[in-house]
Formats: sequence, structure tokens, C-alpha cells
Amino acid sequence: MSKNLIVLIFVLQIILMKNFLFTSIGKKFAMALSAIFLMIFLLQHFLINITSVFSESLFNWLSHFMGTNPLVQFILQPVLIAGVIFHFIMGFFLEIQNRRATKYEYHKDRGGANSTWMSRNMIWSGLVILSFLVLHFIDFWIPEMNHKYVEFLPDDPNRYHHELVEKFQDPYKVVFYCVSFVLLSLHLLHGFSSSLKSMGTNKSYASSVKNVSYAYSIGIPLGFCFIAIFHHFSH
Amino acid sequence: MKLKLKIWRQKNADTNGGIVNYDIDNISPDMSFLEMLDVLNADLISKDEEPVSFDHDCREGICGSCSLFINGQAHGPDRRITTCQLHMRKFKDGDTIYIEPFRAKAFPVIKDLVVDRSAFDRIQQSGGYISVNTSGNTQDANSIPINKDDADTAFDAATCIGCGACVATCKNSSAMLFVGAKVSQYSLLPQGKTEASRRVMNMVNQMDLEGFGNCSNTGACEVECPKGISLDNIARMNRELMKASVKK
Amino acid sequence: MSKKKLTYSLNYRRPKSEYKDSDELMICIRYYHKCNHTSKTKIIKKSTGVKCKLQDWNTDWHLTKDRSPVKSSDPDFKKKNKILKEKVKSFDIEKLYSSVKNESFSDYLNSKLPKGPIDRKWTNHKNTIDLVSPANKRNIDIIVVGTGLAGGSACATLAELGYNVKAFCFQDSPRRAHSIAAQGGINAAKNYQGDGDSIYRLFYDTVKGGDYRSREENVYRLAEVSANIIDQCVAQGVPFARDYGGLLDNRSFGGVLVSRTFYAKGQTGQQLLLGAYSAMNRQIARGKIKMYNRHEMLDVVLVDGKARGIITRNLVNGEIESHSAHAVVLASGGYGNVFYLSTNAMGSNVTAAWKAHKRGAYFANPCFTQIHPTCIPVSGDHQSKLTLMSESLRNDGRIWVPKNIHDVESIRKGELRPTEITEENRDYFLERRYPAFGNLVPRDVASRAAKERCDAGFGVNKTGEAVYLDFASAIIRYGKEQALVDGKDEKNDEIVQSLGKEIIKKKYGNLFQMYEKIVDQNPYETPMMIYPAVHYTMGGVWVDYNLMTTIPGLYAIGEANFSDHGANRLGASALMQGLADGYFVLPYTIGDYLSDDISTGPIPNDSQEFINAEKEAKEKIDFFVNNNGSKSVDYFHKKLGKIMWNKCGMARNKKDLESAIQEISELRKEFFKEVKVPGDQNEFNEELAKAGRVADFLELGELFAKDALEREESCGGHFREEHQTKEGEATRKKEFQFVSAWEYMGEPKNAILHKENLEYENIEVKERSYK
Repeated sequence: MSKNLIVLIFVLQIILMKNFLFTSIGKKFAMALSAIFLMIFLLQHFLINITSVFSESLFNWLSHFMGTNPLVQFILQPVLIAGVIFHFIMGFFLEIQNRRATKYEYHKDRGGANSTWMSRNMIWSGLVILSFLVLHFIDFWIPEMNHKYVEFLPDDPNRYHHELVEKFQDPYKVVFYCVSFVLLSLHLLHGFSSSLKSMGTNKSYASSVKNVSYAYSIGIPLGFCFIAIFHHFSH
Repeated sequence: MKLKLKIWRQKNADTNGGIVNYDIDNISPDMSFLEMLDVLNADLISKDEEPVSFDHDCREGICGSCSLFINGQAHGPDRRITTCQLHMRKFKDGDTIYIEPFRAKAFPVIKDLVVDRSAFDRIQQSGGYISVNTSGNTQDANSIPINKDDADTAFDAATCIGCGACVATCKNSSAMLFVGAKVSQYSLLPQGKTEASRRVMNMVNQMDLEGFGNCSNTGACEVECPKGISLDNIARMNRELMKASVKK
Repeated sequence: MSKKKLTYSLNYRRPKSEYKDSDELMICIRYYHKCNHTSKTKIIKKSTGVKCKLQDWNTDWHLTKDRSPVKSSDPDFKKKNKILKEKVKSFDIEKLYSSVKNESFSDYLNSKLPKGPIDRKWTNHKNTIDLVSPANKRNIDIIVVGTGLAGGSACATLAELGYNVKAFCFQDSPRRAHSIAAQGGINAAKNYQGDGDSIYRLFYDTVKGGDYRSREENVYRLAEVSANIIDQCVAQGVPFARDYGGLLDNRSFGGVLVSRTFYAKGQTGQQLLLGAYSAMNRQIARGKIKMYNRHEMLDVVLVDGKARGIITRNLVNGEIESHSAHAVVLASGGYGNVFYLSTNAMGSNVTAAWKAHKRGAYFANPCFTQIHPTCIPVSGDHQSKLTLMSESLRNDGRIWVPKNIHDVESIRKGELRPTEITEENRDYFLERRYPAFGNLVPRDVASRAAKERCDAGFGVNKTGEAVYLDFASAIIRYGKEQALVDGKDEKNDEIVQSLGKEIIKKKYGNLFQMYEKIVDQNPYETPMMIYPAVHYTMGGVWVDYNLMTTIPGLYAIGEANFSDHGANRLGASALMQGLADGYFVLPYTIGDYLSDDISTGPIPNDSQEFINAEKEAKEKIDFFVNNNGSKSVDYFHKKLGKIMWNKCGMARNKKDLESAIQEISELRKEFFKEVKVPGDQNEFNEELAKAGRVADFLELGELFAKDALEREESCGGHFREEHQTKEGEATRKKEFQFVSAWEYMGEPKNAILHKENLEYENIEVKERSYK
């Protein structure tokens, strides 16, 4: 526990240091940090959503907790939004910077010979995920915010599950969801291990990082797809 | 062998260049790639055309001068070699070969396929050394034993020949493999630890100033590196920089 | 030959005042031979047979339009002047010199050897030479040409000491100098292995290895400072190989009986150069070294007889620049590329050293060239360069050819594989001829033995110029050892093979990979094919103990000088010499000269001498660019290489050498008439740079052959077929125990020989035997 605390302090200290953060490596580090934060959020999101498949009540209870707990609503939620925005803005910023560093294009460039498609196209998979997020916000988050903070509708702790199921009745939406998750998977397949490398993980963890990375990057998006398809067909 | 060559020609740094087509015949599969270019140049000279300029010197894969981007890959299709060690047996009769200079904003073209890699020198000058004077009156070489694994890892990092293939192949033109290798070599050896913080901060700053891009861990550099320098060196540099920033 | 040094004079026998105007005197041609080293002048007179009355003699003859000494008052003045002119034209300095005994010049070659017992000489010398105070060093500029091990390390130490250094290299970065290609290792008398090594033994091995043609004092000093090099390099972060205890590992090299070679896999030269480069970088960052990349030195500039600067060409934009300094150091490497095919880098050249030679520096022992036994054989006419396989391979590889000629024939036809030839049908010729040293005989011996077998028809590749280097038995030996250590079955062939290959891979992996890439054969499965190739040149600019050439203020270090390796260099000694000269010798000895310059102030780079030299350099470049020839530079270089390899290669004889001199001289004439250099002078133009280098090689080649011709003995890398034993071993001759230092006289074949006699007081000169 104390070790974790030290690590936390260490990380905070680094964040506070601008001469580090303004170096190329610092930016990379910040990008990785926000990625790891988002991945933790994604895992948490997934764990809650998957309960909808086997227990309506548990899902409702968890959703209600997350939706009404002030700590989650007024602290974690803004941090999360900031994290998402940071990750995207930084992503674009770095992309622009990197494009400026390359300046010239090769007439023939066989990128596939030495690197994966995912690693070279993070910006594109990222953009698809961004457009998905826009849809997702329109779908869930804006109505939710509207429900709670604009119209101040009465709170019904059991409304969450059937709202979820209803959203997945449109087959086009399910397909779009699934496609986005495939791209998320590709994004994660590179992003997971890349973020750890950016933070300087030792090579001795390389093989375990690889395994966890595969499990996470394929398992979680697959799980999300499953949830969408499950609810589409089960009703 | 008969080949079609598509070569980048550029008069000097101030003019725009373009791809020029050449046909070449009578190439033996035992020739090295640069010897093939020698044949082309001899041909061009006899036709009163200007030969293609390219950097080369040792022709045994160690000086790091040669810097050609061949058919979309730094140092061509073979692995763990420089351009001079690439042999024509890797190509087939009738192939079309694109030959371009190493590209990056920090590597401006001097002429044709020759680029200016002095940015690497400046990065090294910013801190790629151990501050020991050269009097020879240092302590005995065996007074500090060095763990063999560390010594070997340091050696592997030190084999970098500074050719710039990592930058050329990186989609972001990042020089982090190059800098990471140098930082790693010194940070792994007890002699280099004393000024490790200063070194990594200065070298990274200089690297950024030179206009190299950022690393997005695609790993292309590691694959194309003629000396097989591991991506791990970049992770080590990241750690070193963090450590240095905390200490400061 | 510069006719300017020739003057007319009257041959007075008594004081001038005793003559009357009507007296008739003989007219002489005088030649003033100025010896730069001591600034003494030697006069050679030759009578012309023409007489002239005092009253008809024009004392200001050199001011007249046609330089005629006989006034028109003499009735025969036209005829007399004509005869005199013809006499000048036919004046043959060469002939005159041979009439003067060479010994009479030897006092001009002052090697400045310190007194005292050999193990105290260097210390005593350091204690007694003049030094420059730190405050004054700041006001002194030094130019260093070349940034390999010698140049790079010299720059670093000179800057460290406080001098302002300007460093020049033709590559795009100092790190690319060809020292980087040295593979095997660096010797040092550390005796870490406790096998009886010592400074004396390293000294002994080096002098003996050099076949008693090196200067004892220099070699001893080299051995003395060798240990410091290792300390220095380790402190700089050079990752030498270590054992599991964390201490430095050693291996053995040819021609010695101890393990004193430090190494970093097969990339020792690279690691040492990067060490020197990093030390340079530190000084560049401090502003003490100003680095000029992609600059080629075209000439050295002498002001009042002292080297005060150089002329360079910026290879990117073609600009000709003058750089001045208080002293100039040449660290420009060797001239192996005179053979066209060599293990040198494509850009390695003799220009800097040769231009210094033309300005008055003596060139020593040009014919001493090392032919390295283990190189990858030539594959065809397209070949541009040869690749060396480290000598360290001979630690474990065994060299052989088939015993039976019919096996050789079937191998060449591709009907038989080398692995199919049984042990009893193999001829391990080095082990057979030299049982004591076996495969680890010195390079010259191994090369000649391989050539002997190939000449006898036993060469194993298509051209008949290759022998095998076989690792099969080493793989089995290591495999069995490892099997025992691992507790595996040492009788299981498969296990032994795979374990053995693993160990060989660890030791020589990068070399094996290199071989496979070039030859397209797997050396783990089939023996390597190797053949000797030009590798290193022991000869170079003559220097004294302070490493100064015969031009005051001009120094030469590393391979560019001649001093330490005699007629043959032992493996892993070149790196040692380069770093010793650069780190630990030159920076101190140069102070002796510079101490006179502390109040000189900055040297202007726009004096008449610089303007003239710049003009000459420009004229030469303009000539090349405007010469409407028909043949490329490479055409001439290849042709020169062929002459050199066939007639001045591993074995030389009088007839061939004489014809080589002739052929090279003709080739040079043709070169200047027919060479074609495309492109412009004001741009990056590699052909132009090459043309200048080849022009110098074409002159050096001739001197090389002349030196080989004059040296009527066999020693080290220089093997004269006329001088060999019945078994084909070299026979050295006592009367040639000297350094040949050649003075430039216009045409290389007119060069004048000066001899520096070599004395051996601390080592017995005996037959070099490795049997």
C-alpha cells in the first residue's frame, strides 16, 4: 500500500513539473497517463454494463449509485470528461507535431513491413472512437443529464435497464456500435502496451504486458459488442 | 539482371527534386546495392550525365554513412543490414526499385540521396559523453567490476552506428531510438551514472529542438535498425528522464 | 623538379678580390638542397664546361628577361647561353645524389631520441621538454586533419589541455572515420590474465612482429602507455567485453603467446572511436573544438618554413577555404586505397599526407603494406571494396585447402562440398608449416602461405583465390565442453553441435552474419572462404620521437605516420597506436614546439602564402572540371589498383617493380589528359573529390614501387622474390636495417632517399621464426 502511495506521489510530482511535461517524452508520458486512466474507466464501465446481461436489479442498483453519488457525479465525472478531452486534444496535437517533423512523404513507403497497421493509424481509429463517443453522448449521456439536471425528472432507480435495452433495438445502431468497438480494440491493441512503454516499463515485464494487453484489448470491446447484440436479440 | 530504377534527384538543398527513371542492365546478383549504383554512375558519366550522389564510405556496414530508402524501406528489404550490405540477390530480374533519401524535417537533403544528419552530432554534443578528462590518470580499468548483463546490454545499445534509419523509417521522424540507445549505454555503466540526469535532460531537449517527432511506439525503428537496437532503450530513456526530473 | 633552386655561378678558386676582370672562369650550375628539418642547406655544384671572363659575367643574370648569365660583350654569348640552358635542362639531381653518399644526409634526419635506459626514456623526455602554460595555451590554435582514433583522441586531449582546436574530416560526422571498422581488439600490457605479459613483452612482440624495421624508442613508449588507454576508455564508457565476475576479458591475437587483446565483440574499433568521439563532443560543446565536417584538406601552407595552416574544400558547396593555426596535425590514416581494392573505406585517401610530402615532409617506407589474410574473396569485376573478417577468427578457425588437386577441381566444379573432404585429405598448411603458432602466425606470414597454396593451384573458389577457414572442430570442442557443464550427453552429436554453434555465435555472431550476407553461405554449416587483401599501411609520413615531420610544426599521428609497426603490424596494434599517439603522446610533445609560439599571436589566413596555396588548389580543381577527357576517375583508379596488386602486392620482384614505375608514370600522364569529371566545382561533387585523391594515389604508387625496388630484402609485409629461403621464408638483410625516408623532387621517381638507421639496443635482432 505504502509503495503505491509512493508511486502516486511520484506521478503527481512529475505532472507538476513543467520542464518534464514540455519535452517530447513528457507529452508522451501525459498521453500515456490519460490513456491508462481511460482504460481503467473503460474497465469499470464494462464491469457495470456486463451485469445488465445477467442481473437486471444489480445493473439498476449500480447505475443508480453511479448516477446519483455526488462523488462520482461531481468529481469523477468532470475528471473523466477532462481526461477524454485531454487525450483527444493531445492526440491531435502530437499528430500535427509529428506530421510537421516528417514534412516529406516517400514516393514508396512500405510501413507494413516493419510495423502494425494499428500502430500507424492510431489517429484514424481514434477519430472513429471519437465519433462513436459523440453518438454515445447523444444516446445516453445527454438524455441522462437532461433527465437529472435540466428537467429534474423524478428519480426512478429501476429505469436504467429497460432504457438500455430500448437503445439497442435499432439494428443500425448495433452495427455501428460493433464497428466502433472493433476499432477500439485495434486502438487498444497498440495503445495498451504503448502507453506502458511510454511510461518506461521494464523489458522484464514485456511478455506479461503483452498477454494482459491482448486479453484487455480484445476481451473488453468483444464484451461490449456482446452486450449490444445480446440486448438486441433478447427482446 | 535488368532493373528499372526510380531515383530521387535533387540538385541542392534549395531546389525541388523529383523522381527520375533509369534502366539498368547486366547487374550481377553478387553485387552489393551500392555497387549496382556504381555501375549506374559509370554509365551516366559515359553518357555525359551527372552521376547520382549518395553517401557511402566503409561499405562493410559499420560507418553508418549509407542512407538509402529502398522500395519503401530504410536500407532496403533485408534485415539487420545497412544499404552497403544489401545484395542484388534480394531482387528479381525486371524489378522496379524506388531509391529515395532518408526523409525527415531534421535531415535536409544536400543533393540527390545525400542528407545532412548533423542533428545527430548536435544531440551527442549536448550530453552524449562522460565528463572524464583524457589524462589517462583515471583509476584502473578493473577497479569497478561491472555486472556482465549490464555490460552486455550497454554494449548492445552502444552498437548504434548513427545512420538515421530509425528516423527515416519512423512515421513521426522520431530520433528516440538513437537518443535512447546513447542514454542507455551510459546509464547502464557505473561510470556514466554520475551525470545521468544532466545527460538525459540535455539530450532530450536538444532532440526536441532539432525538430524530430515524437515516439508512438510503432516499433518500426527497431525492425529497420541495422544493428537491431531494441525499443527497450526508449523505455529506459523515458524512465531516466522521469528520474532526472524528479531529482531536479 | 623545381628548377628554381638551380643557379649559375662562377667557380672562384680564390677570393674574388684576387681576380682581374679579364680572367676567365668556369661557369657552374649550383643546386641548393634545403633540408627543412634543420634548415641547413646543402650545395651541389656541377661544372658546365663553359668559361666566361669576369667582365662578361652578369651578376644580375636572374633579373634578365631570359636569365642569361653571359653578357653580350662576349663574342660567343649566344652560343654559351644556349649551352648553359641545355645543361640546366639535363641537370639530373638523382644522379648527382647517388654520387653523394646517403650517409651524409642522415644527420638531417634527427629523430630527437631521448637519452637514458629505454624504460626511462619517455618519462625523462616528458620531464625535460618545454611546456606551454595553461594561460598561453588559450592563445594557440592547432589544426587536426582527420577524426579517427588518432585524430579524434588528439583533438580531445589538446582541447582538454586548453588549446583551440580546429578539426577537419571529409565524412559527414567525425564518428564515421574508418577506425570504426576495426573489429578484433586493442592490445595493452595489462597482464590481467596473469600469463606473463609485461610492457617489455608487448614491446618485444611488436618489434619482432614488425620484423625489426620499427624504431625501438617509439615502440617502447607505445607499450608503456598502452595500459593507460584501457583505463581511459573504460572511464569514458567504452563497453569492453567482461567475464561473469564483471572484470575485463581478453583474447589472443596473431604473433603473440599471451592474451592481451581487449575487445568489444567484433566492434572494438567502433566502440573506441565512439569513445574518442564522445570526448570530442564534450570539447565541441565547450567550444574548445571547432568541427568542420565534410571538409577535405587540399594543401598544407608553410609560412617561413613552418606549417601554419591548411587549404580545404567544403565538400557541400565546393568553397575553397584557408585555415590558419600555429601547428598542423595530420591524422589522415593510411593509403591502402592505392590498390583500389582494399579493406579501407571508399573515401580513405592519401591526399593530406601526400600534399605534406610535396611541401617537404619526408615519406617513410611507402612499400610496407599489410596484406590481411582473412578477407572475403573478390567475387567479380564490379567489386568496389573488400571486407575483412577479424583476425580473432583465427583463434578458433583452422585454415586449410584440400591435399589432392582432384578434390580442388571437383570443388570448383561444384561436384564436391568441402565438408565431404575427410580429415586426412585436408592440408592445414599453417599448422603444418608453423607448428608453434599454428593458425595464429602474424598476418604477413599467413597471407603469404595462403598465396603460396593458391599459386600452387589449390585455391578453392572459381577464381582459384580462396582458402577455407573452418570452425567445425571448434564447434565440436566448445559443444563438448558446454555439454559437460550443462550435464548433457557429450556423445550426442546433435546436442554438441547445437551447443557449440551457440558459443561460436556468441563469440563471432556478427562476423558470421556479415559473411552470410555477402557470400550467401552459412558459415556455421560450411567453412568460410577467405583470401588476403590490402588492409593497412605501415609506411607513412616520417616523424621524429615527438611525432613531428620534417616540416616544423607539422605532425603526423596514427596510421598516417610510419613509426611503430616496422614492416608488419601485429593484430590489435593499430587501435593501440592511434589512441596512444592521440591521447597520450602528441598532446605533450607538441608543447615542445609550441612553446616558441606563445607570443606569436593569431596567424593570419590571408597572407601571401595562403593566397598562393589557395590559388594553386583552385587551379587544380578548375583543371579537373574543365578537362574534356573521356574516361572516369574510377577507370584510372582501377587500373592503378591492378598494377599495384599484380606488381607491388604480396610478392615483388625487380622486373615487375621497374615496369610498375613505368606503367604508373604513363597512367598518370594519361589520367591528366583523359580524365573526365562531370558536374561543377561549386557543388557537392564526389567525382571531383575522387579525381583529386586518385591524382595523388597515382604519384604515391610510383614512389611505393620505387621504395620496394630499392629495398633489396624481404621483411615483414615486403617480400622480394629474389630474397627468400628455400622454404620460401623471407630473408632480411642487415644492411637494410634503416627507415627509407623519401624527399620529394618533382616526379616521384626522382625522390631522394634519406636513411634513418635503426639501432636495437634492448632487443636482439634475430630471425623471425614462428615455427
